[in-house]
Amino acid sequence: MLQYIGRRILQMIPTVFLISVISFILIQLPPGDYLTSIVATLAQSGDYLDQDQLAQLKRQYGLGQPVYVQYAKWMWGILSRGSFGQSFFWNRPVTELIADRLSITVILTLTTMIFTWAVGLPIGIYSATHQYSKLDYLFTSTSFIGLATPDFMLALILLYLGVVYLGKSYAGLFSPEFADAPWSFARLVDMMKHIIVPLIIGGTSGTAGLVRIMRGSLLDELNKPYVITARAKGLSERKLLWKYPVRVAINPFVSTIGWTLASLFSGGTIIAVVLGLPTVGPLMLSALMAQDMYLAGSILFIMSILTVIGTLISDLLLAWVDPRIRFEGGGR
Amino acid sequence: MSQSEVRAQTLPEAEAPTSAAEAEEKVLTASQWQLMWWKFRRHKMAMFGGAFVFLMYLCAAFCEFLAPYPLDMRDSKHVTAPPQLLRWRDDEGNFHLRPFVYGLKEHVDPISWRRTFTEDPAQIYPVYLFARTHPYKFWGLFETKVHLFGVKGEEATIFLLGSDSMGRDLFSRILYGGRISLSVGLLGVLLSLVIGAVLGGISGYYGGLIDNVMQRLIEVLRSIPHIPLWMALSAALPPGLPPQQTYFGITLVLAVIGWTGLARVTRGKILSLRDEDFVMAAKICGTSETRIIVRHLLPSFFSYLIVSVTLSIPGMVMGETSLSFLGLGMRPPYTSWGVLLSEAQNIGNIAHRPWILIPGLFLIATVFAFNFLGDGLRDAADPYTR
Repeated sequence: MLQYIGRRILQMIPTVFLISVISFILIQLPPGDYLTSIVATLAQSGDYLDQDQLAQLKRQYGLGQPVYVQYAKWMWGILSRGSFGQSFFWNRPVTELIADRLSITVILTLTTMIFTWAVGLPIGIYSATHQYSKLDYLFTSTSFIGLATPDFMLALILLYLGVVYLGKSYAGLFSPEFADAPWSFARLVDMMKHIIVPLIIGGTSGTAGLVRIMRGSLLDELNKPYVITARAKGLSERKLLWKYPVRVAINPFVSTIGWTLASLFSGGTIIAVVLGLPTVGPLMLSALMAQDMYLAGSILFIMSILTVIGTLISDLLLAWVDPRIRFEGGGR
Repeated sequence: MSQSEVRAQTLPEAEAPTSAAEAEEKVLTASQWQLMWWKFRRHKMAMFGGAFVFLMYLCAAFCEFLAPYPLDMRDSKHVTAPPQLLRWRDDEGNFHLRPFVYGLKEHVDPISWRRTFTEDPAQIYPVYLFARTHPYKFWGLFETKVHLFGVKGEEATIFLLGSDSMGRDLFSRILYGGRISLSVGLLGVLLSLVIGAVLGGISGYYGGLIDNVMQRLIEVLRSIPHIPLWMALSAALPPGLPPQQTYFGITLVLAVIGWTGLARVTRGKILSLRDEDFVMAAKICGTSETRIIVRHLLPSFFSYLIVSVTLSIPGMVMGETSLSFLGLGMRPPYTSWGVLLSEAQNIGNIAHRPWILIPGLFLIATVFAFNFLGDGLRDAADPYTR
C-alpha cells in the first residue's frame, strides 16, 4: 500500500507541472505585458511610476526576459515563498487577496460534496433496489432535470422564488456583522446558517449524477450470480445488500471524487457570482475583466491543484476500498 | 435471455409481421442501421427529444421569419413590458376567430417612479399570419417584409414573452439567440470531434509513449475546472475583436476541453475493436488495411461517436450560456441565450420582471431533449445486444 501511495504521488508531479505551465500560459495570453497595464492604470488615476520602481518591478517578474525565465521566477516564488505574484489591480500580493476567500471556497465545496454523497448515495441505493417503483421514477426523472439545469439557472430561480414568496434574498454567505470579521466559531456558525441555499444549488447536478451512477452500477451488481448465491443461502436482504453489492458498486462513486470536485469548483464559480458569495469565483471574474492575469491564473492554478489532490485522495480511497487495485501493480 | 427473445424485442410492435418466423427473418436480413432505427424507435422519450431538438434547430434556422420583430428593433415607448397573452376570447366573452392581443397601458408608480405596463382590454390588436411588417434580409439573400405573424398599426405591439429594458421583444430575441447558442454547440462539437477523433485515433492506434503522453494531457485538462478555464481563455480573446471572430473564438475555447471526451471514446473503441474476431477474420481473408478500417472498424464505432457527440452538445451549449451570462462570451450584435440571461444578474430585475428568465427555460428544455436523444441513441448504438 505504501509503495502504491508513493508511486501515485510521484505520478502527480508531471500533472502538477503541466497544470502550472497551462496556468502560466493563460497569464501570458492577453496582449501586452503586465507592466504596460500597470503603467496605464496608474496613468489613468494620475499616478506615475518612477524609473526605479519600474526597473525593480521588471526585475521581480523577469519581464523582457524569455518566457521560460518568467515562468521559472513565478514558480520559484510559489515554491520558495508561497508567493503567487502581485495583483496589479488591487496592488496587493495575490496570496493575501485569496487567503480568506479560498478557505470559504474549500469549506463550501467540501460541504457540498458531503451533501451530494449524503443525499445521492441512499437515493441511488433505493432506486436500484426498488427499480421501476413510483419513487424510483420520481428520483430518476428529478435527477434528469437536475442534470439538465445549469447551476446558475437554479440559483436565479431560487433567488426569484425567495424574493417573491418569502420576501427575502438568499444572496450572500454571512450576516452583515460577520461579513468582514476574522474567522471565529460564531462566524462559522453564521456561515453554516447561510450555506444551505448554495449547497442545494451547487449540489443538485452532482447529486443527480451520483444517483444515476450508483443506481446503474448497483443494478449491474444485483444481477450477478453471487447475489443469488447469497440469497439462496438465506442471508437477510439487508445484510446481503450492504455486505457485498453496495461495496462493489461504490467503486465508480469513489473514483469520481476528483471529477466531482472539479465540477463543483466549476459550477461554484458561477453560483458564487449570482449569489454574491465571497469565494474565489467572483474574484477571478473581476480579475479577468480587469485583465489582472496573475490573480486569475493563480486562482485557476490553485483550484486545479486542489482537484488533483482530490483525485489523489479518491485513488487512495479506491485502493483502500478495493484490494484488486493495489495488488494489480497499481495501474492508473 | 435467449437469442430469439432479443430479436423479438428489437422489433417494433407496429411493424411486427404476423408470424414469429417472419419476424426472425426480417431481423436477420436487416442492416445494422435498420436495427438501430428499430431499437431507437422503441425509446419514446428519445423520439420526443429528437423531435424537439429538430424543431429548435428549425426555429434557429428560420428565426428571421418566425420572429415578429428584428433582433435589435427597439420600442422606447414600451420598455420592460410584460408578456402579452395571445387570446381568442375577450373580456366580454366574445369569441374572435382571429386571435388577438390586448394593447399595453402605462402606469407610473407615484413613489418609485417606476413605469409598469398592464394589458388594456380597450385596445384589441388582431394577429395576422404572414404579416408584412418590418423589413429584413432572409439569410442575407433577399429583402422581404413577411413574418409568420404580426400585428398592424403604429401603436400595436406583440410581445408574447415581454420586452427587455430597451423595449426589444424577448420572444424574437430568444429565437435569434437560439441561432447563436445552438450553432455554437454544433460547431464546437464538430471541432472537438475532429481534434478528438484524430488524436484519440492516433493514441489508440500507436499506443505506447504517444498514448501515454496523450492520456496524461487529457487527464490534466480534465482536472482543471471547466468554467474557470473557459473564463480565462475567453477573457484572453482581445476585446476589440470583430463579433464574428469572437464567435469562433468562443467555439474554439469550448472545444479545448470538449475534445478530451471524444478522444477517450475513440481511443477506447479502437483499442477494443482491434482484437475483435471479425477484424481477425477480415485480416485472414486478406482484406486490405484500408478496407478493414473503412468497412469494418468505422461503422462499428461510428455509432458510439454519434452518441458521444449528441451527449456533449448540451455541455457546449451550457458552457456558452454560462460564459455569455458572465459577460465573457458573445458580444452584441451576436445575441445568445446567455447574453439574454445576463440581464437577470440583477436581483431587482428578476423580482420586477421575471419573464427575463424565460430564455433559461428554453435552454433547460433543449438540454433535456438532447439528453433524452443521447440516451436513446446510446441504447440503439449497439443493436446486437440488449
